[in-house]
Amino acid sequence: MKRIDTSGYSCPEPVLMTKRALKSSGQGLEVIVDNVASRENVTRFAQATGYSVGCVSEGSRWILTLTK
Amino acid sequence: MNNRLMLLFTGALVAGAAFVLVLFGNPGNMGFCIACFLRDAAGSLGLHSSANVQYMRPEILGLILGSFVISLASGEFRPRTGSSPVLRFLIGAGVSIGALVFLGCPLRMVLRLAAGDFNALFGLLGFVIGIAAGCLVLNLGFSLGPARQTGRIEGSGISILTIILFIILIAAPGLLRFSTEGPGSMRAPLFLSLAMGLAVGAMAQKSRMCFAGGFRDLFLLRDSTLITGLVSLFVISLVINLVSGNFKPGFEGQSVAHTQWLWNMLGMVVVGFGSILLGGCPLRQLILAGEGNSDSAVTVLGLAAGGAMAHNFNLASSTSGTTAGGRAATVLILLFFALVSALVIVSRRRSE
Repeated sequence: MKRIDTSGYSCPEPVLMTKRALKSSGQGLEVIVDNVASRENVTRFAQATGYSVGCVSEGSRWILTLTK
Repeated sequence: MNNRLMLLFTGALVAGAAFVLVLFGNPGNMGFCIACFLRDAAGSLGLHSSANVQYMRPEILGLILGSFVISLASGEFRPRTGSSPVLRFLIGAGVSIGALVFLGCPLRMVLRLAAGDFNALFGLLGFVIGIAAGCLVLNLGFSLGPARQTGRIEGSGISILTIILFIILIAAPGLLRFSTEGPGSMRAPLFLSLAMGLAVGAMAQKSRMCFAGGFRDLFLLRDSTLITGLVSLFVISLVINLVSGNFKPGFEGQSVAHTQWLWNMLGMVVVGFGSILLGGCPLRQLILAGEGNSDSAVTVLGLAAGGAMAHNFNLASSTSGTTAGGRAATVLILLFFALVSALVIVSRRRSE
């Protein structure tokens, strides 16, 4: 599965990076986020566009797994 | 849904706080305008010498500290730095000047609309146009770049500064300047102002309230969550104004406002465009600064410096209208934002 790292970026950039990556990745995507606001925003965006979102905490970051 | 409820509540809290603060002495339809109050704070430190807009506004200190305390308590305090601080300072200064040409930040624009100030309709139109321009450059690949983690002391810097300023305000006010007439002399009791700032700061941190972000998410992502806060502030303020008899529809004779529609609009184009480049409106910058974001702290300093410049160079409007300098600055700042956007996009595409 394709993975993008949005660490260091603040909103809306992680959501825009996710949006662009989803266009080319088709079925699934892993998104690394490093702040709560981005975690919420990427999750909300992914759910609104029909993906289910899994979230695993890893140190000070989260790995969101987006699947159709 | 939870997010939306939180934003609804924050909007209502801002509306209530603004009403109470004006009732107890703050300038009309101002509540706690971020651009105006940062300008007042800059004046209080002697960074500009317009004698009628100088006061170390406790609301501003409270907003930063409220966000600081709640983010420490909830583990969301994340010290970070390094995302184009100089550009952020300059864009922040530009946003402040644009706001002072219109006479209000996005928060005050909504309060003015809800009080029947039709001049603010042109402000809203400009704000939306500015945000649309910002969304366009974001889509083209504009970014101020990633931040990196930094130390907790650096992340707390601006919050510690606000505590020091508050101690000076109560223990050694002789060091500061205080307006004796004009908007700067109109102020709610100190601890009431601080309390309202703290409450709104904490809630805005939890809810991520942002006036520019609301329209941005709607345009870019078709997501209406964030705009709930703006709508809630407008509706609750409108109801409060209708009930209290404060709703006075019209263009003329509005509190701290002017009637030059073109410059009301263009001033807010600056604010909308700049806020999108910065990732959030002036209120959001205060909240992020409290959360440990040093880039937003630098933006806040830029907003304050812009407020001081607006008065030192006679760019700020007054009830009698805009100034020649203010009109020229508005156009030049828009050109500056467009140039920065274009250069950043080109340089990022080349490095890819």
